[in-house]
Amino acid sequence: MPPAPSSPESPTSRATASGPDALGRFGAFGGRFVPETLMDALNQLSAAYDEAMADPEFVRELEYYWRDYVGRPSPLYKAERLSKYAGGADIYLKREDLNHTGAHKINNAIGQVMIARRMGKTRVIAETGAGQHGVATATACALFGISCTVYMGEEDIRRQKLNVFNMRTMGATVVPVGSGSKTLRDATNEAFRDWMGSSKETHYTIGSVVGPHPFPMIVRDFQSVIGREARAQVLEKVGRLPDAVVACVGGGSNAAGIFYPFVGDASVELVGAEAGGRGGKAGDHASSLTQGKPGVLHGSFSYVLQDEDGQTQDVHSISAGLDYPGVGPEHAYWKDSGRVRYESVTDAEALDAYGVAARNEGILPALESSHAIAQAFKEAKRLGPGKVLIACLSGRGDKDAFEVARLRGEPIH
Amino acid sequence: MNRIDALFARLKSEGRRALMPFLTAGDPDLATTAALIPELVRRGADLLEIGVPYSDPVADGPVIAASYHRALTQGIRVAHIFQTLRTLRAEGDAAVRETPLISMVSFSIVNKMGVDRYLNDAATAGLDGLIVPDLPVEESAKLQEKATLRDLKLIQLITPTTPRARAVEIARLTTGFIYYVSVAGITGERKALPEDLKANVAWLRTQTDLPICIGFGISSPDQVQELAEVADGLIVGSALVRRLADAANRPKGDVVKEVGDFIGELSGALAPKG
Repeated sequence: MPPAPSSPESPTSRATASGPDALGRFGAFGGRFVPETLMDALNQLSAAYDEAMADPEFVRELEYYWRDYVGRPSPLYKAERLSKYAGGADIYLKREDLNHTGAHKINNAIGQVMIARRMGKTRVIAETGAGQHGVATATACALFGISCTVYMGEEDIRRQKLNVFNMRTMGATVVPVGSGSKTLRDATNEAFRDWMGSSKETHYTIGSVVGPHPFPMIVRDFQSVIGREARAQVLEKVGRLPDAVVACVGGGSNAAGIFYPFVGDASVELVGAEAGGRGGKAGDHASSLTQGKPGVLHGSFSYVLQDEDGQTQDVHSISAGLDYPGVGPEHAYWKDSGRVRYESVTDAEALDAYGVAARNEGILPALESSHAIAQAFKEAKRLGPGKVLIACLSGRGDKDAFEVARLRGEPIH
Repeated sequence: MNRIDALFARLKSEGRRALMPFLTAGDPDLATTAALIPELVRRGADLLEIGVPYSDPVADGPVIAASYHRALTQGIRVAHIFQTLRTLRAEGDAAVRETPLISMVSFSIVNKMGVDRYLNDAATAGLDGLIVPDLPVEESAKLQEKATLRDLKLIQLITPTTPRARAVEIARLTTGFIYYVSVAGITGERKALPEDLKANVAWLRTQTDLPICIGFGISSPDQVQELAEVADGLIVGSALVRRLADAANRPKGDVVKEVGDFIGELSGALAPKG
């Protein structure tokens, strides 16, 4: 068995061949494409992060909150009936939906808010799409007594109102963003604009493996707890590494988190499921890796959906968390190096997987995670019996009940 | 000689400061942009910053972001902007032909077009330099080199959050002039500018021979007059662009005159005293 790129025990070990390098590059991707105004804040964050991760006390405290507050480790569950439905490999679900706040986002939010506290910041801002990162950040801020402001697109506020209500209940200010497509991309713009003028006292807790260096590295490192646990759990339960690991990719944080500890395991196929939306026409999907081209968005060089002039294109996904025209630079690197295969899953396939998981396992997956499950069905069938597949169930679907009901024509009032 | 170098050499000998309006190309349409440029030159603009509309301008406040959005909604393309500028350079009067023009453009656009093609098209259109607000010095070496080969200036920004050692390094890497950002924040008018602004610019003055121009937040004749004490040029953006907000619904001549009056007023505040 080849060595894993990072030790499964420690969240601090993160050196791999894939980077990032000193400029924050993963191969050709990544970097810092931001206004000069933010450069000092990014340099300070890099220094504070390195220092925190080298401090055993910080790591111990992070692990304490992950265990006693978040409820880690999350189970690796053998989904017998889903496996039977797919008719091939055994499907194991990494149950990030069972975390406190209902998704993987809390892993990163707690870590970053702890960094913010350590840096003496009194205020945290965040962008959110589905609201899961917003809720996770509002939660971490309530836990540590730090002021919290969350930017959220008006369209996402409409389709994720439960999360908006919960963020406000926990004391966060939710700022509706009405510019552009009124979704995650616009919320991210507004969060950056806030940070341009507030970085002295404010930390920007970015929610995915996107943005300028060091954010893609920080978020990947904090989310890698998913993959480290999954790797140890599958070795214990099955006695060997899985044949494939599948995760959904919007910005790509849960995918980066579960893939990263398997990157050095050459026998493990890694598959990312992007939002295929209504179809392949520009504006109808959010498949940055499978349909986009290398470009710059939100401070990073990665795959982007943009027009011939470099203007970001509007995107669509049934899932607010995947409704984003960019993707993390490390995914771009993994795509180009061939280490990870990225596929597109349509709205209809994801909705179908949502229902199948509900009826066959009693699990309501988030619409984001439903993309991973839909792809897992295809991969499991292809791999065939006797093979082992892990799908990242990145979040639970409570937040999506209103939107799914509306789409079914049975709106909940 | 590059028009930017020529301008600052001339202003220095005359003891004057540069007035540098920013306007969004294509807001409300390129015909208005083409009419505004000669009018601003006539009313006292020494250099023009042409904003290339971008879909996700994170350094810009609501006024310029909305202006970019309006232009993009009109379907404006970078090629159309260059065509408009080319025509102005060819057909404008001597003052228009000699006024330095620089583009303010996101690296997203430059990267997508390709650095070589963007710079070639910019040079052919008669531009003299560019500001790429989302390309810090760590990422700009290649662009700097290629711009210099075409006698285009790559103007870098220094901000209140830039540590001093870094500011010195940026000053060393910039060409044309230094763009000093007055406030830590996004573009947009401010009633009050930071108290230490003049002291910071005076310090920077001791570190470089390049002209230093101040931008962000400047909107009134009083501010222009006060900052002229320490700066070689003053950049006015949102205060001008705000006047284009409802331009699509008004006679073009009225809009051009109103913006011209505003620049005339600022130019008057900059005129040498006595």
